[in-house]
Amino acid sequence: MKARVTVMLKNGVLDPQGEAVHHALDALGFDGVNGVRQGKVILLDLAETDAAAAEKTVGEMCEKLLANTVIESYQIEIL
Amino acid sequence: MKVGIVVFPGSNCDRDLEVAFRAAGADVTMIWHKETSLPKGLDVIGVPGGFSFGDYLRCGAIAAQSPICRAVVGHADAGGYVLGVCNGFQVLTETGLLPGALLRNANLKFVCKNTPLKVATADSAYTAGYESGQDIMMPIAHHDGNYIADEDTISRLKAEDRIAFTYNDNPNGSMADIAGILSENRRVLGLMPHPERAVDGKHGGTDGQALFRAVVGAMQHA
Repeated sequence: MKARVTVMLKNGVLDPQGEAVHHALDALGFDGVNGVRQGKVILLDLAETDAAAAEKTVGEMCEKLLANTVIESYQIEIL
Repeated sequence: MKVGIVVFPGSNCDRDLEVAFRAAGADVTMIWHKETSLPKGLDVIGVPGGFSFGDYLRCGAIAAQSPICRAVVGHADAGGYVLGVCNGFQVLTETGLLPGALLRNANLKFVCKNTPLKVATADSAYTAGYESGQDIMMPIAHHDGNYIADEDTISRLKAEDRIAFTYNDNPNGSMADIAGILSENRRVLGLMPHPERAVDGKHGGTDGQALFRAVVGAMQHA
């Protein structure tokens, strides 16, 4: 079973990398971009076959290591 | 007076920290990150600067989960002293020993320069050798030193006089110009500037000496 974890800076936390990408898009003439946020995607290949159990374990992974919940939020998708 | 310095793959200020503590009169032991317990009788643990585990995932995140860090958290929970410099500060926030987090610098640049700081409180074993409000110079060298915490945490740090150092000319976007903070019991200090790079005339400054002398002196008299 595979899981995809998307980690993003929380809303309200300044994302200077997203801002820089936004400026670069503006410079390329892509106007109409209201905002850019940059995050990371982590793909996990799990031995677990039960989706609910996998989601619970991946949640623990996020809380302990994959995200810093002081500044980041995470979203788990079981694939 | 005994100091243990934790060494991770990618630490690069560990020996500078060792030299600074030795110059202040401490016995220093280096501790590899795979150790699961600390040598007995340590007064202070140093968590050095560098790029532990290549800054993978987040700065300090993987080091914070290493076996030795569990022992460091135990040492702090038992009332022990811990000093985290630069990447060490990032590790301490990742372990939860210090609140908040360190984000990418607001200007996205790696900033490496001698930086004017203010000693925000002299009320700690680390800062007792300075005057509150004293202006000092220390080098900074980091890409992720932009201190952030929720408003409640910032208010609490201020109310409890736990901001140890502030930047005079904020180089990274840190909230409240924070360069270093203390734990609730004032025994854990994390700071982005490098006091160990300001302890010898040949460094171009010696304003870091007072920090090492104060904490070593405090332990010797304890």
